[in-house]
Amino acid sequence: MSVLVYIESENGKFKKASYEAASYAKGVADQLGASVTAVTINAENNEVLGTYGVSKVLQVNNDQLSKFNADAYADVIAQAAKNEDAKVVVLGQTANDKYVAPIIAVNLEAGYASNVVALPESTSPFTVKRNAFTNKAFNFTTISSDVKIVGVAKNAYGVKENETSAAVEDFSPSLDASDFSVNVESVDKATDKVTIADAEIVVSGGRGLKGPENWDMIENLAETLGAATACSKPVSDMGWRPHSEHVGQTGKPVAANLYIAVGISGAIQHLAGINASKYKVVINNDPEAPFFKAADYGIVGDAFEVVPQLNEKLKEFKANNA
Amino acid sequence: MKILVCISHVPDTTSKINFTEGDTKFDKNGVQFVINPNDEFGLTRAMWFKEKQGASVDVVNVGEADTEPTLRKALAIGADNAIRVNTPAKDGFQVAKELAKVAQDGGYDLVIAGRESIDYNGGMVPGMLAKLLKANFVNTCVSLEVEGDKATAIREIDGGKETLTTSLPLVIGGQKGLVEESDLKIPNMRGIMMARKKPLNVVDPIGAEEKTSADKFEKPAPKGDVKLIDKDNLDELINLLHNEAKAI
Repeated sequence: MSVLVYIESENGKFKKASYEAASYAKGVADQLGASVTAVTINAENNEVLGTYGVSKVLQVNNDQLSKFNADAYADVIAQAAKNEDAKVVVLGQTANDKYVAPIIAVNLEAGYASNVVALPESTSPFTVKRNAFTNKAFNFTTISSDVKIVGVAKNAYGVKENETSAAVEDFSPSLDASDFSVNVESVDKATDKVTIADAEIVVSGGRGLKGPENWDMIENLAETLGAATACSKPVSDMGWRPHSEHVGQTGKPVAANLYIAVGISGAIQHLAGINASKYKVVINNDPEAPFFKAADYGIVGDAFEVVPQLNEKLKEFKANNA
Repeated sequence: MKILVCISHVPDTTSKINFTEGDTKFDKNGVQFVINPNDEFGLTRAMWFKEKQGASVDVVNVGEADTEPTLRKALAIGADNAIRVNTPAKDGFQVAKELAKVAQDGGYDLVIAGRESIDYNGGMVPGMLAKLLKANFVNTCVSLEVEGDKATAIREIDGGKETLTTSLPLVIGGQKGLVEESDLKIPNMRGIMMARKKPLNVVDPIGAEEKTSADKFEKPAPKGDVKLIDKDNLDELINLLHNEAKAI
């Protein structure tokens, strides 16, 4: 028996979230006395997964799969799970992971728990802790089906090294024409910017910035920190910033190491969306802003003065600590 | 085009979240329930298809009688018919199977569900439903156009967007972007009066079984006090971020 983990790659390269999923799979496998098999699609350098406890890699190389396709990818992962007689299938929670996981669940008649933040509390019954109510609470979910699917939340379990030698094998799943009935026509993705999903640090602006013309200071601070930029809901509703930057309950969740909120009062829906971030900094001229109750570090002050100064000091710090 | 919009009945986004019965149940006391926001964006897009392309729009919920006010609100917004599958919603799989039966019986061309409910955040019903129906599926859908049986959708990906083409029958997991916040309709008196007369059909469940159970809940540990840093002493913030948080 094995634990199967799907390891996502982009342009052949693995990402931090991929190693996190592998680390989690190793943790579950140890609890079960099983080994970890990974499945990868058009990825390079598969041996590296051994570093995170993977003992076997099923590598799929197929030109038909050069673009992400949910049905086809789900089909590949489900076939790999059957091939390995996997009782637990682990994925991350990227947009693509969230797209394929429910399809795999139907394919394998498996119960699926998403947004899981820790190793199973027990494996029999199989109970996991997950985020619910948009990070306002945790929920313990028991999966009762024979095969179990676990989606591991970003930045919760962490990357854990566990040196193992990974045997890489070719895997050739059989794909069906029905796997390709949704087609990607074009992808619009800024390649030079850090995404909110991948970012370790996120710098976010709210209504306190008074207008879209004042976003330079947010972008400058983000550039200094190698951070992604984000915004509050009113800011995206007013069209100051694109919807893709809106973080909060109905926007994107943020699970970064550091979240810096500038001129954001901290509505309950916003705080829910960013709650999974490890450290939060608030810069706001209103000491009564609710964000101060949710933050680790706070500065009461005018963002227009504080942010540029902070940026200069951080540049200096970076230069001295490079 | 026949559209089915799946409606989840969830606590309002401003609700304080508490649990009862030894932290095993969500405490509904004093909580206002609303249409799940991700579903409401989809419902509003469906109303656009109704107005511009003559689509019919039905709404469905899997739940007990207490969800009916939420379905009535969807009717007041403009849906034609409502269906309630008379069984408690237990998990994503069970709900998807119950919805699949309704979708099959009704012969819908397009099924719109929210990408996730804001209570359990399972994010699985749309994908499971699509697979059960052998329909095409687009998740995190932020734009949808339908011409004949061809559909063009834009999906949000991590750090960007992807344009997809596919065909009906189609299931989407929708979210904000399908319509804007300002497009959301607050039901007017006429809509509310009409909604009272519109059909709300209660159907028996097929008795689908769940594969997961939400046994217990826990609230996050209370947060420690914020460390306030003087605006004229930003070096202190940098020091804390570097040495304490180890974030820079």
